[in-house]
Amino acid sequence: MSGQFVAFFILSLLTIGGAVFMISFTRVVHMVVSLGITFLCIAGLFVMLDAEFVAVSQVLVYSGAISILMLFGIMLTKKDDVEPKAHRNKRKLISFLLVAALFVFVFLGIQASPWPNPEAAPQPVEQSNPKQIGLAVFTRYVIPFELVSLLLLVALVGAILMAKKEDGK
Amino acid sequence: MTVPVTSYLLVALILFCVGLYGALTKRNAVIVLLSIELMLNAVNLNLIAFAKFGLHPAITGQIFSLFTMTVAAAEVAVGIAVLIALYRNRETVNVDEMDTMKR
Repeated sequence: MSGQFVAFFILSLLTIGGAVFMISFTRVVHMVVSLGITFLCIAGLFVMLDAEFVAVSQVLVYSGAISILMLFGIMLTKKDDVEPKAHRNKRKLISFLLVAALFVFVFLGIQASPWPNPEAAPQPVEQSNPKQIGLAVFTRYVIPFELVSLLLLVALVGAILMAKKEDGK
Repeated sequence: MTVPVTSYLLVALILFCVGLYGALTKRNAVIVLLSIELMLNAVNLNLIAFAKFGLHPAITGQIFSLFTMTVAAAEVAVGIAVLIALYRNRETVNVDEMDTMKR
């Protein structure tokens, strides 16, 4: 079954490529579009991991809503903003060293840990993935679910209040 | 033969490191917010990988990643609102010019 490996390779390459292009582009709009590709390919990785419902929410929320919201944010502020090329080189170097140290530490940790054999993973059960998620959300996790809906409502009202023009007063 | 769990963890680690680097070095506040989203997404990928390949595979990881996604959406909405209010008052979106409390 090498088709799975090919799919994983292409999806992870596009994911990482989009993220790296986001770092290297200079125009802000290009950065948002390349990160949109990254979000789409992460949804593909979710499908490979048997999480279809989360993959569809990823496409809806991240590649749909958040990318468009970011584009709106750029259009409403400075729409042709450009990142300066040679700017704050010392700070960039320090950040790079810090991130590289984090990468090496976590990479060594991943390599050293014993992981359960993927062949021993249980085969996907007969129940479909959205049904499983619905059963779990509305029985065991019903209180966090309601709290999250309240959080979304509060964030929405707060965002409208903050972004509103204050001419009325 | 399936893709081992370490490959997924490695992709998530690279995404997290790229997001952290972007959040530390970029000047435009919209891009900093987007880098934070990238880091959250890397964590989601880890959660879902462990929901399938972990020691006790369960649906809980997917539910946690759904909650993370909701909180991330709320964070982006409030963040963009703050940015627009700030741009109206200060005419800038660069994080190194937002230093009123430092002066």
